[in-house]
Amino acid sequence: MAIKVKVEFLGGLDVISSGVREHKLSVPLEEGEATLKDLVDYITKTIITDPKDIPVFIEDDTVRPGILVLINDTDWELEGGEEYVIESGDVFTFTSTLHGG
Amino acid sequence: MTEERLPVRKVKVTALCELCHGRKAVMKRPKNLQKLCKECFYNVFETEIHNTITDAELFKPGDVVAIGASGGKDSTVLASVLKTLNERYNYQLKLVLLSIDEGIKGYRDDSLATVKRNQAQYEMPLEIVSYKDLYNWSMDEIVACAGMRSSCTYCGVLRRQALDRGAAKLGINHIVTGHNADDVAETVLMNILRGDTARLEKSTTIVTQSTGSPIRRSKPFKYTYQKEIVLYAHYKKLDYFSTECTYAPEAFRGTTRELLKSLEAIRPSCIMDIIYSGEHLTLKPKKKKITPKYKNQKKVNDEVEVNADGSVSLNKEFKDAGLEMNRAKVSIENNASIDGAAKLSKTLEQLSF
Ligand SMILES: [Zn+2]
Repeated sequence: MAIKVKVEFLGGLDVISSGVREHKLSVPLEEGEATLKDLVDYITKTIITDPKDIPVFIEDDTVRPGILVLINDTDWELEGGEEYVIESGDVFTFTSTLHGG
Repeated sequence: MTEERLPVRKVKVTALCELCHGRKAVMKRPKNLQKLCKECFYNVFETEIHNTITDAELFKPGDVVAIGASGGKDSTVLASVLKTLNERYNYQLKLVLLSIDEGIKGYRDDSLATVKRNQAQYEMPLEIVSYKDLYNWSMDEIVACAGMRSSCTYCGVLRRQALDRGAAKLGINHIVTGHNADDVAETVLMNILRGDTARLEKSTTIVTQSTGSPIRRSKPFKYTYQKEIVLYAHYKKLDYFSTECTYAPEAFRGTTRELLKSLEAIRPSCIMDIIYSGEHLTLKPKKKKITPKYKNQKKVNDEVEVNADGSVSLNKEFKDAGLEMNRAKVSIENNASIDGAAKLSKTLEQLSF
Protein backbone atom coordinates (compact mmCIF):
# COMPACT_ATOMS: atom_id res chain seq x y z
CA MET A 1 0.00 0.00 0.00
CA ALA A 2 1.19 3.45 -0.80
CA ILE A 3 2.09 5.86 1.97
CA LYS A 4 0.55 9.30 1.56
CA VAL A 5 2.86 12.08 2.70
CA LYS A 6 3.46 15.74 2.03
CA VAL A 7 6.89 17.06 1.05
CA GLU A 8 7.80 20.74 1.07
CA PHE A 9 10.84 22.48 -0.43
CA LEU A 10 11.43 25.86 1.21
CA GLY A 11 14.09 28.52 1.52
CA GLY A 12 14.77 28.49 -2.21
CA LEU A 13 15.11 24.69 -2.46
CA ASP A 14 12.09 24.60 -4.78
CA VAL A 15 14.61 25.24 -7.57
CA ILE A 16 15.10 21.48 -7.73
CA SER A 17 11.43 20.84 -8.55
CA SER A 18 10.67 23.54 -11.12
CA GLY A 19 9.59 26.00 -8.45
CA VAL A 20 6.93 23.72 -6.92
CA ARG A 21 7.12 24.09 -3.15
CA GLU A 22 4.56 21.56 -2.04
CA HIS A 23 4.20 17.97 -3.20
CA LYS A 24 1.49 15.51 -2.14
CA LEU A 25 2.94 12.07 -2.70
CA SER A 26 1.70 8.52 -2.73
CA VAL A 27 4.91 6.71 -2.09
CA PRO A 28 4.87 3.06 -3.28
CA LEU A 29 6.58 1.72 -0.18
CA GLU A 30 5.54 -0.51 2.71
CA GLU A 31 4.21 1.46 5.68
CA GLY A 32 5.92 0.46 8.90
CA GLU A 33 9.12 -0.43 7.08
CA ALA A 34 9.96 2.46 4.80
CA THR A 35 12.27 5.03 6.33
CA LEU A 36 13.02 8.65 5.56
CA LYS A 37 16.09 7.40 3.71
CA ASP A 38 13.81 5.48 1.33
CA LEU A 39 11.66 8.57 0.89
CA VAL A 40 14.71 10.70 0.11
CA ASP A 41 15.76 8.15 -2.53
CA TYR A 42 12.24 8.23 -3.96
CA ILE A 43 12.26 12.05 -4.06
CA THR A 44 15.64 12.05 -5.76
CA LYS A 45 14.38 9.68 -8.45
CA THR A 46 10.94 11.15 -9.06
CA ILE A 47 10.69 14.78 -7.99
CA ILE A 48 13.96 16.42 -8.91
CA THR A 49 13.26 17.75 -12.38
CA ASP A 50 16.79 17.97 -13.69
CA PRO A 51 19.34 15.30 -12.65
CA LYS A 52 21.94 18.07 -12.60
CA ASP A 53 20.18 19.43 -9.51
CA ILE A 54 20.62 16.22 -7.47
CA PRO A 55 23.82 17.55 -5.82
CA VAL A 56 21.80 20.55 -4.60
CA PHE A 57 19.79 18.08 -2.49
CA ILE A 58 22.08 15.11 -1.93
CA GLU A 59 25.71 14.91 -0.90
CA ASP A 60 27.58 11.74 0.01
CA ASP A 61 24.37 9.73 -0.22
CA THR A 62 22.48 11.81 2.33
CA VAL A 63 20.64 15.12 2.52
CA ARG A 64 23.20 17.83 1.90
CA PRO A 65 24.54 19.66 4.94
CA GLY A 66 22.92 23.08 5.12
CA ILE A 67 19.46 21.73 4.34
CA LEU A 68 17.26 21.77 7.40
CA VAL A 69 14.95 18.76 7.62
CA LEU A 70 11.74 18.88 9.66
CA ILE A 71 9.42 15.95 10.26
CA ASN A 72 5.97 17.25 11.18
CA ASP A 73 7.68 20.53 12.12
CA THR A 74 10.21 18.80 14.40
CA ASP A 75 13.97 18.78 13.74
CA TRP A 76 14.79 15.39 12.18
CA GLU A 77 17.72 15.10 14.57
CA LEU A 78 15.16 14.47 17.30
CA GLU A 79 13.30 11.88 15.25
CA GLY A 80 16.11 9.53 14.33
CA GLY A 81 17.18 11.32 11.15
CA GLU A 82 17.18 9.09 8.10
CA GLU A 83 16.10 6.07 10.14
CA TYR A 84 12.74 7.65 10.92
CA VAL A 85 9.93 5.27 9.89
CA ILE A 86 7.53 7.23 7.70
CA GLU A 87 3.78 7.18 8.18
CA SER A 88 0.79 8.28 6.14
CA GLY A 89 -0.04 11.89 6.96
CA ASP A 90 3.55 12.90 7.71
CA VAL A 91 4.82 16.25 6.49
CA PHE A 92 8.49 16.52 5.55
CA THR A 93 9.95 19.99 5.18
CA PHE A 94 13.31 20.53 3.50
CA THR A 95 14.57 24.11 3.89
CA SER A 96 17.76 25.44 2.41
CA THR A 97 19.72 27.54 4.87
CA LEU A 98 22.26 28.40 2.21
CA HIS A 99 20.18 30.66 0.01
CA GLY A 100 20.49 34.43 0.18
CA GLY A 101 21.02 36.18 3.51
CA MET B 1 -11.14 -17.00 21.18
CA THR B 2 -9.13 -15.76 18.29
CA GLU B 3 -6.47 -13.37 19.11
CA GLU B 4 -6.72 -10.24 17.03
CA ARG B 5 -3.41 -9.14 15.68
CA LEU B 6 -2.85 -5.48 15.88
CA PRO B 7 -0.49 -4.01 13.33
CA VAL B 8 2.95 -3.74 14.82
CA ARG B 9 3.72 -0.09 15.33
CA LYS B 10 6.91 1.32 16.55
CA VAL B 11 6.20 3.46 19.57
CA LYS B 12 7.51 6.90 18.80
CA VAL B 13 9.63 8.27 21.55
CA THR B 14 9.29 12.00 21.70
CA ALA B 15 11.84 13.92 23.64
CA LEU B 16 10.74 16.48 26.19
CA CYS B 17 12.10 20.01 26.27
CA GLU B 18 15.25 20.13 28.41
CA LEU B 19 14.34 23.54 29.82
CA CYS B 20 10.66 23.41 30.79
CA HIS B 21 10.44 19.59 30.94
CA GLY B 22 6.78 19.98 30.00
CA ARG B 23 6.42 20.37 26.27
CA LYS B 24 7.63 18.30 23.35
CA ALA B 25 11.08 19.25 22.08
CA VAL B 26 10.99 20.37 18.44
CA MET B 27 14.59 21.35 17.79
CA LYS B 28 18.13 20.62 18.80
CA ARG B 29 20.42 23.61 19.27
CA PRO B 30 23.60 23.27 17.22
CA LYS B 31 25.49 25.33 19.79
CA ASN B 32 25.08 22.94 22.73
CA LEU B 33 22.85 20.12 21.45
CA GLN B 34 20.10 21.14 23.87
CA LYS B 35 16.62 19.91 22.90
CA LEU B 36 13.98 22.62 23.19
CA CYS B 37 10.28 23.16 22.65
CA LYS B 38 9.12 26.01 20.43
CA GLU B 39 8.39 28.45 23.28
CA CYS B 40 11.71 27.85 25.05
CA PHE B 41 13.54 28.11 21.73
CA TYR B 42 12.01 31.55 21.02
CA ASN B 43 12.91 32.63 24.50
CA VAL B 44 16.51 31.41 24.41
CA PHE B 45 17.04 32.72 20.87
CA GLU B 46 15.76 36.22 21.67
CA THR B 47 17.46 36.40 25.07
CA GLU B 48 20.85 35.47 23.64
CA ILE B 49 20.57 38.28 21.09
CA HIS B 50 19.52 40.67 23.85
CA ASN B 51 22.58 39.61 25.85
CA THR B 52 24.85 40.13 22.84
CA ILE B 53 23.38 43.62 22.40
CA THR B 54 23.77 44.60 26.05
CA ASP B 55 27.22 43.00 26.53
CA ALA B 56 28.59 44.92 23.55
CA GLU B 57 26.59 48.04 24.46
CA LEU B 58 25.40 48.34 20.90
CA PHE B 59 22.64 50.88 21.53
CA LYS B 60 21.79 53.89 23.68
CA PRO B 61 18.26 55.09 24.40
CA GLY B 62 17.11 57.46 21.68
CA ASP B 63 19.37 55.96 18.98
CA VAL B 64 18.04 55.85 15.45
CA VAL B 65 19.21 52.61 13.89
CA ALA B 66 19.03 51.52 10.26
CA ILE B 67 18.50 47.82 9.61
CA GLY B 68 20.22 46.79 6.38
CA ALA B 69 17.23 44.95 4.92
CA SER B 70 17.52 42.68 1.90
CA GLY B 71 14.24 40.81 2.31
CA GLY B 72 16.27 37.63 2.96
CA LYS B 73 15.96 35.49 6.08
CA ASP B 74 18.72 37.08 8.14
CA SER B 75 17.64 40.69 7.85
CA THR B 76 13.94 39.79 8.09
CA VAL B 77 14.52 37.92 11.35
CA LEU B 78 16.74 40.78 12.52
CA ALA B 79 13.97 43.32 11.95
CA SER B 80 11.45 41.09 13.73
CA VAL B 81 13.68 40.33 16.72
CA LEU B 82 14.86 43.94 17.14
CA LYS B 83 11.26 45.10 17.14
CA THR B 84 10.41 42.47 19.77
CA LEU B 85 13.41 43.31 21.98
CA ASN B 86 12.98 47.07 21.58
CA GLU B 87 9.46 46.69 22.96
CA ARG B 88 10.25 44.06 25.59
CA TYR B 89 13.31 45.75 27.10
CA ASN B 90 12.42 49.32 26.23
CA TYR B 91 15.63 50.08 24.31
CA GLN B 92 13.94 53.28 23.12
CA LEU B 93 15.29 52.85 19.62
CA LYS B 94 13.83 54.21 16.45
CA LEU B 95 14.24 51.45 13.85
CA VAL B 96 14.33 52.15 10.12
CA LEU B 97 14.60 49.67 7.25
CA LEU B 98 17.32 50.58 4.75
CA SER B 99 17.42 48.65 1.48
CA ILE B 100 19.72 48.77 -1.47
CA ASP B 101 18.41 48.30 -4.97
CA GLU B 102 21.41 47.02 -6.89
CA GLY B 103 19.35 46.80 -10.03
CA ILE B 104 19.39 43.04 -10.57
CA LYS B 105 16.35 41.88 -12.51
CA GLY B 106 14.57 38.78 -11.23
CA TYR B 107 16.34 39.02 -7.90
CA ARG B 108 16.38 42.39 -6.23
CA ASP B 109 13.11 43.61 -7.69
CA ASP B 110 11.35 40.60 -6.11
CA SER B 111 13.16 40.80 -2.79
CA LEU B 112 12.34 44.50 -2.50
CA ALA B 113 8.68 43.56 -2.69
CA THR B 114 9.31 41.45 0.43
CA VAL B 115 10.96 44.38 2.20
CA LYS B 116 7.94 46.53 1.36
CA ARG B 117 5.69 43.97 3.03
CA ASN B 118 8.05 43.90 6.03
CA GLN B 119 7.71 47.68 6.24
CA ALA B 120 3.98 47.24 6.88
CA GLN B 121 4.36 44.11 9.06
CA TYR B 122 6.91 45.70 11.40
CA GLU B 123 5.60 49.25 11.12
CA MET B 124 9.00 50.69 10.30
CA PRO B 125 9.87 53.43 7.82
CA LEU B 126 11.65 52.16 4.70
CA GLU B 127 14.31 53.89 2.64
CA ILE B 128 15.50 52.41 -0.65
CA VAL B 129 18.77 53.59 -2.20
CA SER B 130 19.59 52.43 -5.70
CA TYR B 131 22.91 51.92 -7.49
CA LYS B 132 21.32 53.60 -10.47
CA ASP B 133 20.66 56.80 -8.53
CA LEU B 134 23.94 56.70 -6.68
CA TYR B 135 26.36 55.51 -9.35
CA ASN B 136 24.31 56.06 -12.48
CA TRP B 137 24.70 52.33 -13.25
CA SER B 138 22.63 49.37 -12.19
CA MET B 139 24.43 46.13 -11.28
CA ASP B 140 23.01 44.49 -14.41
CA GLU B 141 24.57 47.22 -16.52
CA ILE B 142 27.87 46.98 -14.68
CA VAL B 143 28.03 43.21 -15.20
CA ALA B 144 27.10 43.58 -18.87
CA CYS B 145 29.98 45.97 -19.17
CA ALA B 146 32.64 44.69 -16.81
CA GLY B 147 31.83 40.99 -17.04
CA MET B 148 30.80 38.43 -14.48
CA ARG B 149 34.24 37.99 -13.02
CA SER B 150 34.16 38.85 -9.33
CA SER B 151 30.99 40.87 -9.76
CA CYS B 152 30.08 39.68 -6.26
CA THR B 153 33.11 41.20 -4.54
CA TYR B 154 32.63 44.28 -6.59
CA CYS B 155 28.96 44.56 -5.75
CA GLY B 156 29.74 44.13 -2.04
CA VAL B 157 31.93 47.22 -2.04
CA LEU B 158 29.30 49.24 -3.86
CA ARG B 159 26.58 48.03 -1.49
CA ARG B 160 28.61 48.95 1.56
CA GLN B 161 29.05 52.43 0.22
CA ALA B 162 25.37 52.65 -0.76
CA LEU B 163 24.29 51.68 2.76
CA ASP B 164 26.52 54.40 4.20
CA ARG B 165 25.12 56.98 1.83
CA GLY B 166 21.57 55.88 2.55
CA ALA B 167 22.15 56.15 6.28
CA ALA B 168 23.83 59.54 5.91
CA LYS B 169 20.88 60.76 3.87
CA LEU B 170 18.58 59.80 6.77
CA GLY B 171 20.93 61.35 9.34
CA ILE B 172 21.54 57.91 10.87
CA ASN B 173 24.96 56.84 12.12
CA HIS B 174 24.38 53.23 13.06
CA ILE B 175 23.61 50.38 10.66
CA VAL B 176 22.85 46.87 11.90
CA THR B 177 23.24 43.97 9.51
CA GLY B 178 22.01 40.38 9.56
CA HIS B 179 25.49 38.81 9.46
CA ASN B 180 25.25 35.69 11.58
CA ALA B 181 27.66 33.31 13.32
CA ASP B 182 28.00 31.17 10.19
CA ASP B 183 28.93 34.27 8.16
CA VAL B 184 31.49 35.38 10.73
CA ALA B 185 33.04 31.89 10.95
CA GLU B 186 33.12 31.72 7.17
CA THR B 187 34.97 35.03 6.97
CA VAL B 188 37.48 33.96 9.63
CA LEU B 189 38.09 30.72 7.75
CA MET B 190 38.46 32.51 4.42
CA ASN B 191 40.96 34.97 5.82
CA ILE B 192 42.97 32.14 7.36
CA LEU B 193 42.93 30.18 4.12
CA ARG B 194 44.10 33.24 2.22
CA GLY B 195 46.71 34.28 4.76
CA ASP B 196 44.94 37.61 5.02
CA THR B 197 45.99 38.32 8.59
CA ALA B 198 45.19 42.03 8.31
CA ARG B 199 41.51 41.28 7.84
CA LEU B 200 41.55 38.32 10.18
CA GLU B 201 41.78 40.49 13.27
CA LYS B 202 38.85 42.63 12.21
CA SER B 203 36.67 39.78 11.04
CA THR B 204 35.21 38.96 14.45
CA THR B 205 34.62 42.45 15.82
CA ILE B 206 30.96 43.06 16.48
CA VAL B 207 31.12 46.80 15.77
CA THR B 208 33.18 48.20 12.92
CA GLN B 209 33.72 51.75 11.85
CA SER B 210 35.95 53.01 9.09
CA THR B 211 38.34 55.79 9.93
CA GLY B 212 36.80 59.07 8.96
CA SER B 213 33.32 57.63 8.61
CA PRO B 214 30.67 58.66 11.14
CA ILE B 215 28.77 55.43 10.54
CA ARG B 216 29.04 52.44 12.86
CA ARG B 217 28.09 48.98 11.68
CA SER B 218 27.20 46.16 14.00
CA LYS B 219 26.15 42.53 13.91
CA PRO B 220 23.65 41.61 16.66
CA PHE B 221 23.54 38.04 15.19
CA LYS B 222 27.28 37.55 15.61
CA TYR B 223 26.68 34.51 17.85
CA THR B 224 23.43 33.37 16.22
CA TYR B 225 23.47 30.21 14.11
CA GLN B 226 22.05 30.22 10.60
CA LYS B 227 20.08 27.08 11.44
CA GLU B 228 18.33 28.82 14.33
CA ILE B 229 17.58 31.90 12.23
CA VAL B 230 15.92 29.72 9.60
CA LEU B 231 14.01 27.78 12.26
CA TYR B 232 12.87 30.98 13.95
CA ALA B 233 11.65 32.38 10.63
CA HIS B 234 9.92 29.09 9.87
CA TYR B 235 8.13 28.65 13.20
CA LYS B 236 7.16 32.32 13.38
CA LYS B 237 6.04 32.17 9.74
CA LEU B 238 8.03 35.28 8.87
CA ASP B 239 7.74 36.54 5.34
CA TYR B 240 11.17 36.29 3.72
CA PHE B 241 12.61 35.98 0.25
CA SER B 242 14.92 33.14 -0.64
CA THR B 243 15.89 33.23 -4.29
CA GLU B 244 19.57 33.17 -5.07
CA CYS B 245 21.15 36.17 -6.69
CA THR B 246 21.41 35.89 -10.48
CA TYR B 247 25.16 36.31 -10.29
CA ALA B 248 27.21 33.48 -8.84
CA PRO B 249 29.01 34.14 -5.56
CA GLU B 250 32.76 34.29 -5.51
CA ALA B 251 33.89 30.69 -5.95
CA PHE B 252 36.28 30.68 -3.03
CA ARG B 253 33.61 31.89 -0.62
CA GLY B 254 31.18 29.28 -1.93
CA THR B 255 33.68 26.48 -1.36
CA THR B 256 34.55 27.76 2.11
CA ARG B 257 30.85 27.82 2.96
CA GLU B 258 30.44 24.19 1.89
CA LEU B 259 33.48 23.18 3.89
CA LEU B 260 32.02 24.90 6.95
CA LYS B 261 28.63 23.19 6.47
CA SER B 262 30.33 19.79 6.21
CA LEU B 263 32.32 20.49 9.35
CA GLU B 264 29.19 21.63 11.15
CA ALA B 265 27.42 18.38 10.25
CA ILE B 266 30.12 16.46 12.13
CA ARG B 267 30.74 18.96 14.93
CA PRO B 268 28.02 21.61 15.24
CA SER B 269 29.95 23.66 17.79
CA CYS B 270 32.71 24.33 15.25
CA ILE B 271 31.06 27.57 14.17
CA MET B 272 31.33 29.02 17.67
CA ASP B 273 34.78 27.51 18.01
CA ILE B 274 36.06 29.19 14.85
CA ILE B 275 34.69 32.55 16.04
CA TYR B 276 36.32 31.98 19.41
CA SER B 277 39.64 31.21 17.74
CA GLY B 278 39.28 34.30 15.56
CA GLU B 279 38.60 36.47 18.59
CA HIS B 280 41.69 35.25 20.37
CA LEU B 281 44.14 35.45 17.53
CA THR B 282 46.18 38.60 17.83
CA LEU B 283 48.92 39.54 15.47
CA LYS B 284 52.43 40.14 16.65
CA PRO B 285 53.19 43.86 16.54
CA LYS B 286 54.66 44.59 13.15
CA LYS B 287 58.43 44.77 12.88
CA LYS B 288 60.07 46.55 10.00
CA LYS B 289 58.30 45.79 6.79
CA ILE B 290 59.96 42.85 5.15
CA THR B 291 57.64 41.78 2.42
CA PRO B 292 58.30 38.33 1.04
CA LYS B 293 58.87 38.48 -2.67
CA TYR B 294 55.83 36.47 -3.56
CA LYS B 295 53.70 38.99 -1.74
CA ASN B 296 55.37 41.97 -3.34
CA GLN B 297 52.62 42.74 -5.75
CA LYS B 298 49.94 43.22 -3.22
CA LYS B 299 46.90 41.07 -3.84
CA VAL B 300 46.93 41.02 -7.57
CA ASN B 301 43.85 38.86 -7.61
CA ASP B 302 41.82 41.08 -5.39
CA GLU B 303 39.66 43.58 -7.13
CA VAL B 304 39.12 45.41 -3.91
CA GLU B 305 41.91 46.72 -1.80
CA VAL B 306 42.04 48.22 1.61
CA ASN B 307 43.74 51.58 1.81
CA ALA B 308 46.00 52.67 4.62
CA ASP B 309 43.19 54.57 6.30
CA GLY B 310 40.97 51.50 6.32
CA SER B 311 38.76 52.63 3.46
CA VAL B 312 38.31 50.44 0.44
CA SER B 313 38.85 51.04 -3.24
CA LEU B 314 38.62 49.13 -6.44
CA ASN B 315 41.88 47.86 -7.77
CA LYS B 316 42.98 49.97 -10.70
CA GLU B 317 44.13 46.97 -12.66
CA PHE B 318 40.68 45.48 -12.39
CA LYS B 319 39.00 48.68 -13.42
CA ASP B 320 41.20 49.09 -16.46
CA ALA B 321 41.54 45.53 -17.67
CA GLY B 322 38.05 44.34 -16.85
CA LEU B 323 36.24 47.25 -18.36
CA GLU B 324 38.41 47.72 -21.42
CA MET B 325 38.06 44.12 -22.48
CA ASN B 326 34.35 44.24 -22.47
CA ARG B 327 33.67 47.51 -24.16
CA ALA B 328 33.11 46.03 -27.58
CA LYS B 329 30.75 43.40 -26.24
CA VAL B 330 28.61 45.92 -24.48
CA SER B 331 27.81 48.05 -27.46
CA ILE B 332 26.31 45.01 -29.13
CA GLU B 333 24.57 43.42 -26.20
CA ASN B 334 23.33 46.24 -24.11
CA ASN B 335 21.38 49.07 -25.66
CA ALA B 336 21.23 50.94 -22.42
CA SER B 337 24.94 51.41 -22.35
CA ILE B 338 25.87 51.90 -25.96
CA ASP B 339 27.84 55.02 -25.23
CA GLY B 340 28.25 53.91 -21.70
CA ALA B 341 31.36 51.83 -21.27
CA ALA B 342 33.66 54.78 -21.18
CA LYS B 343 31.32 56.60 -18.86
CA LEU B 344 31.11 53.60 -16.52
CA SER B 345 34.84 53.29 -16.49
CA LYS B 346 35.05 56.93 -15.52
CA THR B 347 32.33 56.67 -12.89
CA LEU B 348 33.93 53.68 -11.22
CA GLU B 349 37.34 55.31 -11.20
CA GLN B 350 35.92 58.33 -9.48
CA LEU B 351 34.50 56.22 -6.70
CA SER B 352 36.40 56.81 -3.55
CA PHE B 353 35.62 54.77 -0.53
ZN1 LIG C 1 10.35 24.17 26.85
